[in-house]
Formats: sequence, structure tokens, C-alpha cells
Amino acid sequence: MLASKGGNIFLILLLAGTAFAAVGNLLVPPESAMHVDTYTITLLGKYLSFALLAMAVDVVWGYCGILSLGHGAFFALGGYGMGMYLMRQIGDRGVYGNPDLPDFMVFLNWSELPWFWQGFDQFWFAFIMILFVPGFLAFVFGWLAFRSRVTGVYLSIMTQALTYALMLAFFRNEMGFGGNNGLTDFKELLGFDLQADSTRVGLLVCTALTLAIAYLVSQFILSSKAGRVIQAIRDSESRVRFVGYKTENYKIWLFVYSAVLAALAGALYVPQVGIINPGEFSPLNSIEIVVWVAVGGRGLLYGAILGALLVNFAKTQFTGILPEAWLFALGALFVVVTVFLPKGVVGLLSMFARLKKKPEDPDTQSGAGSDGTANSTQGVAT
Amino acid sequence: MSGLDAIRETMRRDRVFDFMLDKTLPAVDVSHTVLLYVEGLSVSFDGFKALNNLNLYIDDGELRCLIGANGAGKTTLMDVITGKTRPDEGTVYFGQTHDLLNKSEADIAELGIGRKFQKPTVFEQLTVFENLELALRMDKGIFSNILYTLQSHQADLIASVIDTVGLREQIFQQAGALSHGQKQWLEIGMLLVSEPRLLLVDEPVAGMTAQETESTAELLTSLAGDRTVVVVEHDMAFVRSIARDVTVLHQGSVLAEGTMDEVQNNPEVIEVYLGEAP
Repeated sequence: MLASKGGNIFLILLLAGTAFAAVGNLLVPPESAMHVDTYTITLLGKYLSFALLAMAVDVVWGYCGILSLGHGAFFALGGYGMGMYLMRQIGDRGVYGNPDLPDFMVFLNWSELPWFWQGFDQFWFAFIMILFVPGFLAFVFGWLAFRSRVTGVYLSIMTQALTYALMLAFFRNEMGFGGNNGLTDFKELLGFDLQADSTRVGLLVCTALTLAIAYLVSQFILSSKAGRVIQAIRDSESRVRFVGYKTENYKIWLFVYSAVLAALAGALYVPQVGIINPGEFSPLNSIEIVVWVAVGGRGLLYGAILGALLVNFAKTQFTGILPEAWLFALGALFVVVTVFLPKGVVGLLSMFARLKKKPEDPDTQSGAGSDGTANSTQGVAT
Repeated sequence: MSGLDAIRETMRRDRVFDFMLDKTLPAVDVSHTVLLYVEGLSVSFDGFKALNNLNLYIDDGELRCLIGANGAGKTTLMDVITGKTRPDEGTVYFGQTHDLLNKSEADIAELGIGRKFQKPTVFEQLTVFENLELALRMDKGIFSNILYTLQSHQADLIASVIDTVGLREQIFQQAGALSHGQKQWLEIGMLLVSEPRLLLVDEPVAGMTAQETESTAELLTSLAGDRTVVVVEHDMAFVRSIARDVTVLHQGSVLAEGTMDEVQNNPEVIEVYLGEAP
């Protein structure tokens, strides 16, 4: 019962695809047609961290009906945590060669490391902070919002305001996070050179494994009885209260869990793209995540993952060919999906599968859904 | 020095901090045979008095029917008892000790007050079985529910309730696909598995066939004694078939109380309510 059929196929494809890419990059010589170049590896790693982020949004939106338009904030906070660790790893190899201070602090004439940068030269500390800070923020936000029974559009606007406020704060130089340039010029992670092919492949494998584990854990939570309570909250929150469940606690903890997943995605994203700046807090980014989930199919974990992969692949292609048109295409896509595909691509595929099966034996309708999703995940791989 | 005094006061040797107190709810105290005390209750919405100085006492184990014209305040009264609406004035006590007005909906449900709504509200995306499983009387915290597996006595309880409400064939069907009457039954089933002390049942037979109405009457009558049942109903034939005691509400207060015959012969009641009935 841990994973559905479609979910199993997704996991197998994810791990097989990652292994294929890793071997294709490291072991196959560059002349071979089977060689996977490093650019593709980094791109895949980026897509997979976006997939993890989309899954985090799907957990709260698709299963509990909390439309968060501010999940980019948790992603960016996780990214900043990782960025701070990577900055400290630069040591005296920066432009100014100061062993104690990152370059931007030297540039601002700061004489010593601010208190909130202390400890970030240790990976274990940075890792705990990557999980703790966004989780704590989500807890405080959820505590205030869900206990006051803020729901629907009002909640969405508040999450949007949260990420916007953080963006403005991080743009300020005095905040001590590098201002609008953010953190960049990273050299190494845990002693591995970030530019090396093997590190890039290692990061891709880490991202894929994190995504797989996060998928299994989320599936476990959502298919437990608590998961059914969460879905019941989505459909009729007041009724769940009258049955005796404290719905605000369920929402708070699910929101925290989702924020931690988003932060992990951010922490995996930053070493692969090599920069984190306040632009990641932009409200537009958070809205884009919601579009990924809607396109893939909300209420199904692999739907969100599929959506993130599809839209980002389209984005890479589109911005290469016709950069100005991308935002229009994204907007059009969202409208089309909302109007014509309320269940996203996964819903469409399972509908096809059902139509195809129906003439032969109408009894297998319930099985058709998982078959359809199987097709969809294969579609990603090809 | 006042700071030191404050510390001394806080650290008094006989001090028990709130977080150290036993969290389990004390048992409902019905030593005076009354289970539910509603006193001086007033609720107004934008100047309209939905409840007006209402007094009502429900004995432990009784079956009480509330009747009254539309807008008499029956549903508002249920909303106040279950914590959905906060009153302007008055007190509501469950047993001798539990003040319901400072408790949340979830806490009130945990105390053992179950409610069936006027419009059947079940969890449409979940199956009949899952609906009943959610309503079970058990620890309702999130972490215990993540690791929860169905216990055998709970499975037995669900099985017996499913037979009582006659939904055995629909057990793995989505609740949204049930007919109106079946949803009513499922909601009654959810009440039954939660093993409440007090059942508040709002129009249980709306949309039911004559035969279903009859079996609902049977079920509610059989529950009384063990549990306390308060039924709100418009269907006078149904009320007559189950009620021992009837309370008539009118414009937010109690107009008359007594057996069905007494109430029916009360001239005031005839004037405002039964007189208008066909």
C-alpha cells in the first residue's frame, strides 16, 4: 500500500534515468552517442529540485486545499542556508582574499562576521539551519493563520505578502546576505570541487534520491489515516472539526512538512546553479510553482512532479527560441489547464486510458487511472 | 522587591504549573441527573434575536424532541452547543463541570457530543468505510494518526454499525456517490461509531422513505437510555412516534415543554405552531 502503481513506475523511471545519466556522463567517452554532457546533468538536477518543490506545494494544495502562493520563500531560505555554507567554504580564495569574511562583507567594509553567519562553516550546522529556519517560519505563519481560521484567497494573499516582504528584506545590503547580488562564486561543497563532472553527477544523484525518499515519505503520510483526515479537511473542514479533530494542528504540521521539503529543494538547487539571490523570493516564482502543479495534476504526487518536469523542459526550450514569449505561453498554459484540464496532464492521460479500455471490459475502470499515469511517466522519459 | 515577590509567588512550593496538569478530560458529572444545562442563552445576528433568554435542561438518558417553526432558533441552539456559534449571553454546561462556551468544536466533540447536520454532510471523496473510520472515538492527534492501524474491536464496531445503517454493499463506494437517504444513514452511522454521550440530530428523516423513517425512529428510540438524544424535526408524525418529551421553541425561547399530548393541547402552542400546521 506504500505506493500506487503509477508511483512505483515513477520511482523506477526516476532512479533508472538518473543512473543512466550518471553512467552516460562519467563512464561513456565524449565521442560516443550515448554520452550525456555536463550541461544536461546540471539541467536535470535543476529540474529534479524543482520537482521536489512542486511536490511540496502539491502536498498542501492538492491534498489539503491550502493554496500557498509563497512557497518560493521556503525554497529560497533553504537555498540561502546552503549558499551561506558554500560562501564560508570559499575561505581566502575570494577576490579580496579575506579568510574570515565573504567578499561582499569586505566590500561593505564590515570588520567581523555577523552573529547569524556564525557556525555556517560547519555543514551539519548549515544543514540543520536549512531545515529549521524555513520550518520554524512555516510553523509561526501557520500558527497565526490557521488558528485564526484564515482560509482561501486571504491565506493565498498572506503567503504572497510573506514572500514579497522577504524579497524586499533580502534586497537590502544591511541584511547581510549579499543584497541584490545574492551569494555566488562558490568553490566547493564538503571538499568536492563544484565545477567537477563527478560532483555535478553526485549532486544529481543526491537530488534524485532526496526526491525519491521525499516521495515515499509523503505517500506514507498521505495514505495513512492522518492523510485521509487531511483530505477530509480539504473537502469539508468544519465537519472534520465536529468529528473531533483539531484541524488547525493538522494544517500547521502539514504546512511545516511542506516548507521543509521546499527548503531541501532549495538547498539542492543552489550548488547546481551556483547562485542564490533575492529574485528567488519573487512572488512570480511562487505562482509559477502553482502552475507546474496545476499542469501536472494536483492531488497526485507524481502529477506535480510530472508538471514541474514538463513545464521546465518547455521553459528551457522556449526561452532558447523566443525568450519574450515565454511568460505569455505560461499564462496561456495556465488558462488552458484551468479551463479544460482540471485534473492536469495526469487526469487527461487516465481519461484516455479509460476511453480506450471501456469497449472491451467496463469493469476495470478503477484500474484505468493507474494505467494512465503509467503512460504519463513513460512520456517524460522519452 | 516586587520582582522578587513575583518570583516567590510563581515558585510557591505548592504550585502546580498548568502544563503539568493531567490533560485527560474529567468524566461528565451527571450526579443531578441533568446532562445538559442551557441557561439564559441569547444570540443575535445583526439585531435579529435568534435565541432570546432560552433555558433548557436535558436529563441524562432521555430522548427529547425540539420542534418549532422556521427561525425559532433550533439550529442556532445546536450551533451554540457544538461550539460553532458563540452566544452573546448565557451559559451552557455539559454535566456539572464542563463549560462548553470556552471549548473548541473539536474539544466538545471529544467530550462526547455528536451532531448530525440538517443537510447530510459526509466526506464525499472518501469511501463509506473511511468515513466511519474517521469518526471513531480515539486519539485525534496528527502524529498518532500517521502511524495508526485499525484495531480489531474498532473493525468490529464499524462492521456492526454498517449493518445497522444498511450500507454493507456500499462499504467501499465513495460517499459522494450515495443517494440522499443513504448519506443520511451514513451520517447517523458516523454518529454511532463515535459513541457519543449526547446526540444532537437535526432533521434526521428529511428525504427518507416511510419505511426508512420508521427504522430511524426505532434506532433513535433504542439509543435513548444508554445515550441522550436530542432530535430536531418538522415531521410531526415522526415526532409523535418517538417523543416522550417535547420542547416547543418560538422566537428564540421555550414556549412549552411536556409530553406530546400536553404540548398539543397547550393553547399557546396551537396558536403559534400547531395551529398553522395542516
